[in-house]
Amino acid sequence: MSMIEIKNLHKYFGELEVLRGIDLTVSESEVVCLIGSSGSGKSTLLRCINFLEEKNEGEIYIDGQMVTAKEINEIRQKVGMVFQRFNLFPHMTVLQNVMEGPITVKKMDRKKARELAMTLLEKVNLLDKANEYPAMLSGGQQQRVAIARSLAMEPKVILFDEPTSALDPELVGEVLGVMNDLAKEGRTMIIVTHEMGFAKEVADRVIFIHEGLIAEEGTPEDIFDRPENERLQNFLGQILV
Amino acid sequence: MDAVINNSIEFFKTVVEFAPKFIPGVILTLQLAFFSIILGMIIGLVVAVLKLTKYKWLKKTMDVYITIVRGTPLLLQLYFIFYGLPSLGIMIDAFPSAIIALALHNGAYISEIFRGSIESIDYGQREAARSLGMTKWQAMKRVVLPQAFKRSVPALGNQFIIAVKDSSLASVITITETMLLARQFSAATFNVFPIYFTAGVYYLIITMGLTKVLSQVELKLKVNER
Repeated sequence: MSMIEIKNLHKYFGELEVLRGIDLTVSESEVVCLIGSSGSGKSTLLRCINFLEEKNEGEIYIDGQMVTAKEINEIRQKVGMVFQRFNLFPHMTVLQNVMEGPITVKKMDRKKARELAMTLLEKVNLLDKANEYPAMLSGGQQQRVAIARSLAMEPKVILFDEPTSALDPELVGEVLGVMNDLAKEGRTMIIVTHEMGFAKEVADRVIFIHEGLIAEEGTPEDIFDRPENERLQNFLGQILV
Repeated sequence: MDAVINNSIEFFKTVVEFAPKFIPGVILTLQLAFFSIILGMIIGLVVAVLKLTKYKWLKKTMDVYITIVRGTPLLLQLYFIFYGLPSLGIMIDAFPSAIIALALHNGAYISEIFRGSIESIDYGQREAARSLGMTKWQAMKRVVLPQAFKRSVPALGNQFIIAVKDSSLASVITITETMLLARQFSAATFNVFPIYFTAGVYYLIITMGLTKVLSQVELKLKVNER
């Protein structure tokens, strides 16, 4: 069953056409990695899926429901988002950050939300930091809290927008580790990443985006070992030195 | 030398004599400052949030309000409400007039303080909140405003101190607050210096107390920073 279905998606920033007709279907439990050089439109595509950017043309269905501006709050509860710069709420403790969504949006009982948050913090190995504020945590820890925060809404899909790009190299592993666990649980994930090793290991499908179009897609083996598109070959050549 | 000592003794005698007589005026000053700050904060918050809505006419209305208040003297605003409105058939007593004028005046400045601090909050905060499924208003209330408020405390403190001092202008619409009392006492005794000195000390005590409270608040709000 398809969890996400995108049809002919176009997005303009002023005169510039960033997405030039994207068609993409992601099935349940599938892990899709989006790769491509900066400015290719991969982050914009991700942000269009939960309406952080308003699309100009095309249709997006999530779990069979069409994404429109009207029902966006409802749709967003089904779609988790993890940002490059974490965007934790600095005025709340780690625990409060994770509880915030369930309490404010789902009107979950505080005690229940707390239990849920504790379980999730345990999952990302940060139970001992529950009562600290984000400013006291390392980047890797902050990003793991951000993942726990999006999991707290029990989303059907999680979107990752370059989740390790703002991290020190030695902290990348812990975040990828958590994401790997999520993939193994069978969660549907779309990941914009520059971590080719990770994409190779975790992705069911890798999509190469170039100038607002899907230039090539396939299994990690297809993409990394037998790239056909010349642009993709150049791109891989540049980063896999 | 003796003259200096004698004059100083006279000076402090007058200060001690008149200090208690200022109390009713100081209480009025405190009341004016308190209500105009509280109401000014409420007005400021509402105006700042309304200015961020997508409705153009609301935005424009708020701009007109801010422009008028900031562009005319407070003295004129007080005259307008107390002496001007009655000619339109609107009669308001002196004390509520003063509160209204001061609150509207502070509200305009405070709204700009709030707007600045709201806009200084990283856009990613709003995106993170919205991506959890929060409505615009929930994101504002739960995520943006608490952070914006913290950032606005230093500028607010400034405005509060100005509000305390501006309350002295209420004397022109017959409110016998500290400055009007000082004027009356000095007119009655011709003893200008010690009396205005006493009034000045009272203002300093109020503003220094206020500064102290505000720095405590600031410290308390900083717990979540490294």
